[in-house]
Amino acid sequence: MLERAAEQGVPAPLLQAVGISKRFGDLLANDAIDLDLWPAEIHALLGENGAGKSTLVKIIYGLIQPSAGELRWMGRPVVLDGPAQARALGVGMVFQHFSLFENLTVAENVVLGLPPTESFAAVSARLAELSRAYGLPLDPKREVWRLSVGERQRIEIVRALMQNPKLLILDEPTAVLTPQEADRLFETLERLKGEGRAILYISHKLEEVKRLCDTATILRLGRKVATCDPRRETAASLARMMVGGEIGEVKSGAGRSAAGARLIVRDLSLEPDDPHGVRLDRVSLEVRGGEILGVAGVAGNGQDELFAALSGERLVDADAIHIDHRAVGNLSVNDRRRLGAAFVPEERLGHATAPRMSLSDNALLTGHAVTDMVRHGFINRAATLASVDRTTKTFDVRKSKRDPEAVSLSGGNLQKFVVGREILREPGILVVSQPTWGVDAGAAATVRQALLDLAARGAAVLVISQDLDELEEIADRIAVMFEGRMSAPLAAAQADRETIGLLMGGSSLKPREAAHAGA
Amino acid sequence: MLVLERRGESSTAIAIASPLLAIALTLATIAVLFALLGKNPLQALAVYFLDPLTDSYALQEMAVKATPLVLIGVGLSFCYLANVWNIGAEGQFLIGALSGGWLAVATHGTGAGPWVLPAMLVLGAVGGALYALIPAICKVRFGASEILVSLMLVYVADLLLDYLVRGPWRDPQGYNFPTTAEFDPVALLPAMIEGSRLHYGALIAVVVVIVATVVLGRTIRGFEIRLVGAASKAARFSGFDADRLVVTTFVISGVLAGLAGVIEIAGPVGHLQPAFSPGYGFTAIIVAFLGRLHPVGILFAALFLALTFIGGEGAQITLKVPLDLTKVFQGLLLFYVLACDSLVLYRIRLVMPQRRTADGIA
Repeated sequence: MLERAAEQGVPAPLLQAVGISKRFGDLLANDAIDLDLWPAEIHALLGENGAGKSTLVKIIYGLIQPSAGELRWMGRPVVLDGPAQARALGVGMVFQHFSLFENLTVAENVVLGLPPTESFAAVSARLAELSRAYGLPLDPKREVWRLSVGERQRIEIVRALMQNPKLLILDEPTAVLTPQEADRLFETLERLKGEGRAILYISHKLEEVKRLCDTATILRLGRKVATCDPRRETAASLARMMVGGEIGEVKSGAGRSAAGARLIVRDLSLEPDDPHGVRLDRVSLEVRGGEILGVAGVAGNGQDELFAALSGERLVDADAIHIDHRAVGNLSVNDRRRLGAAFVPEERLGHATAPRMSLSDNALLTGHAVTDMVRHGFINRAATLASVDRTTKTFDVRKSKRDPEAVSLSGGNLQKFVVGREILREPGILVVSQPTWGVDAGAAATVRQALLDLAARGAAVLVISQDLDELEEIADRIAVMFEGRMSAPLAAAQADRETIGLLMGGSSLKPREAAHAGA
Repeated sequence: MLVLERRGESSTAIAIASPLLAIALTLATIAVLFALLGKNPLQALAVYFLDPLTDSYALQEMAVKATPLVLIGVGLSFCYLANVWNIGAEGQFLIGALSGGWLAVATHGTGAGPWVLPAMLVLGAVGGALYALIPAICKVRFGASEILVSLMLVYVADLLLDYLVRGPWRDPQGYNFPTTAEFDPVALLPAMIEGSRLHYGALIAVVVVIVATVVLGRTIRGFEIRLVGAASKAARFSGFDADRLVVTTFVISGVLAGLAGVIEIAGPVGHLQPAFSPGYGFTAIIVAFLGRLHPVGILFAALFLALTFIGGEGAQITLKVPLDLTKVFQGLLLFYVLACDSLVLYRIRLVMPQRRTADGIA
């Protein structure tokens, strides 16, 4: 370390975290974490959801104060009372969730985040110059709602660069990008590193960390497990450090025979609910019994609208959707459930469940029309509780008591509950959106295995996911959504990342052909 | 620094303690108010809250005044649980009284049979329901705020009552007082105990509490109401129609408010006159929240609020304080109830900001 410091001509790390701890109530989110960030270095912060990455980063950015420990900036102790102080020191941050005003232009959004010392024209000019210099093309006059997710992220990066930071923090920046967009981002980051800036790169994607980062610090359950050179590790060894053990491999059901189509969507068009939503444009697909069809795509390309149309939360022409050869486009969600369909929305709290209601009430939420939970209008408490017990046992849902509120479960356990509650009804058709989003590796493996097993028993399973790794693991065929249109599905075995990535970016997609090929 | 922290799990103990705390805080505030008015606070509180409880007439009167509060409060709890904001129960109450009262006025002196009272009750319920449908349909069809529409309809109902009892329905033998004739015995609710003012309306209120408890807690319709209020997107996913529920809950609360109106005029009042209601429809909003939107809680809350009406009358006589003090009291109570309810979902924690260097950036 000392040699390295001497080499950089800096006596101490740019930023040093010493023994940082943070307690939230009973939870120790960070436990005596040490972290050294050096100039001209891309440092990965690796860990599963809930490992304490976000907490640590928020402390470094001054958003929250540590319960113990201290931060040193170029060797001197600092106390950050807020992000403004962090920015004044030279820390810039790009969040996973963007904070942009959709109806304002790029330049207006950037100006809002800056101290009011520079004229609007000067900011616009500097913005254009910066975006050119770093390969982040942006038109300052465009309104944000017209931009893709990748372009929005560029705004956030340029906004951070406007302050000329010495340390740039990026929180899961590739989660919303196509593989090609990610490549371009990596080039920009290499350039920033070449200028001597330090970059803290938060991720759980091992391959990209191996490719991009010089150093990796791995967190697990709030503690630092190791700091290592990721290029000398294998993806498996990094994963072991992250998870603290081997991850169960998901086994694909052998000898799955694809039967006839059970879910057919034909020329489904749908106007969006809200002005910034996406219009579905003649979407066609079919899912056969015994197969899993994956729908890939960057978020916000019509996946929410597709789910709403499939579930019956929004009604369409009867003939646009067929379940087991019955036209169901105009049937309610419960009528579709009665025909053997089941649905798992992306949002666990607030959509799939009522957060402040008990699990038994939440079992009733999707079961009241299709099970014995209601008789003559009266709720059969024993049946709802029995359903919770069955789901708990089969899917290993960990909870504090028999029937707690949904909100008290961890993300992974609640996801096992909402997936399990549908699968235990043995649906013939299952539509599930982002089945393992924000879920720990163990729960993700359980959920994916359950989806594979359900398909193996003859069900048609449609998985909408942003996670290409997940789709490659479980899907038989993969189709891609872009701006409300659906590509022709590719057999998963032949679908290489580049082709899917291009489709996710909207190139080489001929909607007319795709629509017919899918039908 | 005080920090509000969301609780992991709603606390049952605090759910019960919170309204009691609100009552205690209200009593403390009102005691200060009495002291500022130059009265002995303890003595004044005793007049307000203890004296009525030692007097059998006042106890009966408490049940009489609690009856409309329970009926309206239970109806409002259906609305509020579903996040439907019916503020116009007072209007539905008055229209219920007018609908039922019309029959009493029309059959007055005709020697009509005992069918009059049941028909009045039905008319009152229907009238209240139809009046409640106006804001419900305006909301579902045109997106109008049900808060404003239902509230403004209160004044329409109030003026309609005023017009009718001063005009077409005025008692010809009434020396020009703005009141209808006293109802015939067939149009009156019989007393439960001979010679007392306690009438069978109180029994109806108790039955309504039992039925509402079962409906809300044990049936799929009750689940629908709770779910739409708790998580509207999840309710849609569950297959429930929020618009239909706006109409349903408005009708339920309109029926109960209308029924309360006709019970009030066929019971303790016995005729129609302007301002026969001391604002039961508004007080019932406080009752609903003080009772934590639970029918049994509402029963107790209604008895407590009835006590403030009676205590207020007593205090006016013995302490020479204005009757409006009752309204101040009820307003304070709603304020504290809503404040204390935050404690159910949040806990207060004292946080000491840690400072190692005094100047921030060292």
